[in-house]
Amino acid sequence: MSVWRTARLVAAKDLRIERRSRVVTNQVLPFAGLVMVLFAFVLDSDAVLLRVAPGLIWLAAVFGLLVVVQRSFAVETADGALDALRVAGVDPAGVFLGKSFALATMLAVLELVLGALAIVLYGAETSPAGVVLFVTTLLPATCALAFIGTLYGGLAAGVKGRETLLPLLMFPVVAPVLIGATRATEAALDTSGVATSEGWPWVALLAVVAALFGVGGTLAFGSLVEE
Amino acid sequence: MAITAPTNRADACATATGTGTRFTRGLGVAAIAALAALALFGLVLSPADVVQGESVRILYVHVGTVWVAYLAFVVTAVSSAAYLWKRTRSLTWDRIAGASAEIGVLFMAVTLFTGSLWGRLTWGTFWVWDARVTTTALLFVTYIGYLAVRGLGGTHDQRARRSAVVALLAVLEIPLVHFSVVIWNSVHQDASVANRPGDVMLDGLMLFTLLLGTVAFSLVFVWYVLHRQRVLMLADAVDDRGLDLALAERRQEGRDGLSTQGVER
Repeated sequence: MSVWRTARLVAAKDLRIERRSRVVTNQVLPFAGLVMVLFAFVLDSDAVLLRVAPGLIWLAAVFGLLVVVQRSFAVETADGALDALRVAGVDPAGVFLGKSFALATMLAVLELVLGALAIVLYGAETSPAGVVLFVTTLLPATCALAFIGTLYGGLAAGVKGRETLLPLLMFPVVAPVLIGATRATEAALDTSGVATSEGWPWVALLAVVAALFGVGGTLAFGSLVEE
Repeated sequence: MAITAPTNRADACATATGTGTRFTRGLGVAAIAALAALALFGLVLSPADVVQGESVRILYVHVGTVWVAYLAFVVTAVSSAAYLWKRTRSLTWDRIAGASAEIGVLFMAVTLFTGSLWGRLTWGTFWVWDARVTTTALLFVTYIGYLAVRGLGGTHDQRARRSAVVALLAVLEIPLVHFSVVIWNSVHQDASVANRPGDVMLDGLMLFTLLLGTVAFSLVFVWYVLHRQRVLMLADAVDDRGLDLALAERRQEGRDGLSTQGVER
């Protein structure tokens, strides 16, 4: 079975589990929304909220990522499904790409909701060019987050204390994505007087991160899970 | 094979009174002498800086430790790659990587600590969001994570493979973090802080003391890694032997159980 076919099957399986269990829609989305509301409580002033809105979107997305990754690998380890896949001789690269794709799909939904919430709750405004930039930013940023999440989620899967280990491992790696995505979103939402066109170089940075971790993850995932 | 070899070495070590050899003892003496010389030059012989005053003496430690920290992370990466490459696969590489990362994290902590003290005296704040400082802090956290991965348990080979992959991913991450922080910084930071006074006007004795610090801490690093690597080998050997003993005991229990059953019949 080719890598791509494996990836498609694994992704379809993960999305099917989500469609039936509705964990992301019923738990992760409300959680991320709650985080946005809590930010408003601690930052209080409207002007401050508006200025930091892009960062809050991505910070909430990273918290959401953590929860979704935990969920994604809890499904795999609960009944030893990951071991079963390995024993069945399924290509780990395919598993990595498939799980990343499913994760990216859920994350993209989460980020779109967070972006809409920032507009509704924090009064951020955008232009048609800004919307194009924001949606384009989502693509590499989401891929990068999904690759990083799957890679470190797979590493922490099945070990004791993974709940606390995962954020420690993942957050330093996520830092470049957080920086790039926040700056691009700042330009898209026009919250700090940056021209929309200045957001595009950050999209390039995000694409580089996504490509590196996509390739690195595809190569390394096998040796991380085969034990 | 990977299990029996260190056990034999461990037997050899067990008869000795420590993990020292003649070479490491000599190295240790050299390290102590270099540190004493550093204290002498750094605290007494070298002059106070025109701009920074006495606080410049912090840098003699700071520069040496940051050099060793980066050296340690390079050693960790190279040994991890050597472990993952099939032709050079040996748990010794894994232990060197672990020992090196431990001292790297330790020296990175010293670097951040001395740096913030120096910053408080010179810039007036403990912390600046300077690109170099921010990258260093993220790097520090990354290697704490690496050490946490080493402590996850499992077999020695599991630990070795897992941590080697994490070490190589960290190498992938360092330039990305650094690059993104540099451009993040260039947007937000004025250059006044980056333009450090004293960086360019070093007199000869100061430069010599800085180099001496680098040499002294490098000696400490090599000494520590050699010893720590041997201690880790012994710890692995104890692990293996503990498992063998437990297996032997269970077998013995099984045999005893069988024989008593035989008597009852």
